[in-house]
Amino acid sequence: MITSVPPAAIFIIGAFLVPFLKGKLKTAYLLLLPVIAILNLLNLSEGTSWVFGFLDYNLIFCRVDKLSMVFGYIFVIMGFLGTLYGIHVKEGGHHLAVFLYVGSSLGVVFSGDLFSLFIFWEIMAFASTFLIWYKKDKRALGAGLRYLLVHTFGGTCLLAGIMMYLHTTGSLEFSFIGINGTASLLIFIGFIINAAIPPLHAWLTDAYPESTVTGTVLLSIFTTKTAVYVLARAFPGTEILILLGAIMTVFPIFYAVIENDTRRVLAYSLINQVGFMVVGIGIGTELSLNGAVSHAFCNILFEGLLFMCTGAVLYVTGTSKCTELGGLYRTMPITLMLCLVGAASISAFPLFTGFVSKSMVIQAAADGHMFIIWLALLFASAGVFHHAGIKIPYFIFFAEDSGKRPDEPPLNMLLSMGIVAFLCILIGIFPGVLYQILPYPVDFVPYTPGHVVSQLQLLFFAGLAFLFLITYGFYPKEERSTNLDIDWFYRKAGRGFMWFCNHPAAKFNMWIDQAFLGGTRGFIWFCRNPIPTLGLWMDTAFVMFYNGFIWFSENPVSILVSGFYGGLHLAFAMVSKGLLRIYIEIGKARDGAEKKRAFYRELIESGPPGGDVENISSDLFIAFIIFAVFLVYMAIKYFL
Amino acid sequence: MGYLDDTENIKKLKRVFFTCLVILFLIDFIVPKHHYFSLERIPGFYAIYGFVACVSLVFMAKILRKFIKRGEDYYDY
Repeated sequence: MITSVPPAAIFIIGAFLVPFLKGKLKTAYLLLLPVIAILNLLNLSEGTSWVFGFLDYNLIFCRVDKLSMVFGYIFVIMGFLGTLYGIHVKEGGHHLAVFLYVGSSLGVVFSGDLFSLFIFWEIMAFASTFLIWYKKDKRALGAGLRYLLVHTFGGTCLLAGIMMYLHTTGSLEFSFIGINGTASLLIFIGFIINAAIPPLHAWLTDAYPESTVTGTVLLSIFTTKTAVYVLARAFPGTEILILLGAIMTVFPIFYAVIENDTRRVLAYSLINQVGFMVVGIGIGTELSLNGAVSHAFCNILFEGLLFMCTGAVLYVTGTSKCTELGGLYRTMPITLMLCLVGAASISAFPLFTGFVSKSMVIQAAADGHMFIIWLALLFASAGVFHHAGIKIPYFIFFAEDSGKRPDEPPLNMLLSMGIVAFLCILIGIFPGVLYQILPYPVDFVPYTPGHVVSQLQLLFFAGLAFLFLITYGFYPKEERSTNLDIDWFYRKAGRGFMWFCNHPAAKFNMWIDQAFLGGTRGFIWFCRNPIPTLGLWMDTAFVMFYNGFIWFSENPVSILVSGFYGGLHLAFAMVSKGLLRIYIEIGKARDGAEKKRAFYRELIESGPPGGDVENISSDLFIAFIIFAVFLVYMAIKYFL
Repeated sequence: MGYLDDTENIKKLKRVFFTCLVILFLIDFIVPKHHYFSLERIPGFYAIYGFVACVSLVFMAKILRKFIKRGEDYYDY
């Protein structure tokens, strides 16, 4: 028997061969590599292997148990289907990024220690950024950069948490952690950023819709689901996740209803779907964890399928906006059928995947008597049908005819979408296929008459609501718009902060600088010449007083006598004074910068404790002595 | 000429849909159910909830749009 290698290794090492291949050989290689990965995965046996010593710790690259295997299966399958979907992409770098991204996600899933997990976590963030940047437009560039910044922040939290965790527990093992202190809290924050838990969710809806056609499909699969995996392993039963998850399921559907870009609608629905998983992890029972994991598995399929369909529409029409689409069912019937399978699955219609996984989470909430959470999840289920199940197919394929008559997408896209749609229906009809690979034994029966009827009622009457609203014109018109979300704070408010730094703050800094500089210069000058300074002041005061007196006594008389002469004199004086002033100002402006630089250089070169500082203090000392002598002299004079 | 360009076809589809709704509402009284919350005892609870949820969802979204809607190039320089 051939020994298996860590699944991550095949993709990550294999990725670096991609740039050297061309033409048909490249296509064959791109498709072969995921197949090898699938075969390798089937060959894995439970337990830990590929353990390397690093400093005093063990790096475990291949920890295989039921939880990691579920994610392993779906990741390699989608690695293959995602590559097939994007096989037409010319850029080798794009494929390289895809393989690195898939490989590092598998690395996270199979690593048994926190250190190697962190390394894969970071590769994942960087590789996925390139899937956004390969769109090669200005929006993608900005969105990718913001995406990267958010994930590096998450990665930093994670690394800090891991270091503190290592310090307190002395162990790097990646298993149950639970929130109990700063270390675990930091790890938790690192994880929930990738799960797009609000208020840390905006990177997802900001970046995913700006990515490449293939990139969005793959992004929707891996980042959030690895986050679900690590949360399920390290933080099951963390109660705050129930509340956060319920919020996640509810708030995005409001945004999805008024969003124009179909890919952004799906990005919001992705947050909503991950919410169900997060609730499942938070509840923490065997049923709910099974529900969370199986829903992750199914969501990868149907969310991937929907992103593939909208991507295909974008590929053939050049747009993904509701306002520019409509009526495509005439020329794209196959894509429509596949899209409807995805829509039925995400809405959890019986016989489709969503039904067999989502109902487990809702059941678990009911079992735990969480009434409000249960209501929220039902609300979200109806809402999902509304925005992802109806809105997406309706505004792309039906609605008002846009006049566009595009052909079906390329065969590789259709084939990939077809296989995913087949899997959606297969698991929907035979849930046992999925249930047997779940981490805990399953005794949940999705297809009871009660379940089926209540779910169908919920969905059909949600559909009736849509029909009612659209017939009577209550449905919000699709409009070109940007809807504000949390990312406003770092996209607009961030700009405000930069303005504040560059203008008022910099100006204030300059004032302080100048005031300090002037003050110091004057003080030093005074310390060096105390007597002349005082004398000068006195002289000035005297002259001013004298001048004033003369003007007062002379003016009333002389103004009559020598009005003309005096006026001429005054004008001449003012002009010459103005010229002198201008000359001085020019000189000052020219010398000011140089003087300031020279002054600073002098200060720096002299430095404490030698140089000027010493001079200043000795001058001060002399000034003080003179003042003291003066005081003594005054005292003596007074007493005598 | 697409299938849905004919209003007769749309009427046909609507008729099928409304029949499904009526059947689903009535079947609720026959099918045995396991109740977790007392609210579920209301006949057609899921139907009512689904309808009310979606209508309120859309109206709340319309209100939300008043606050958060900006021009499409709002973030562009």
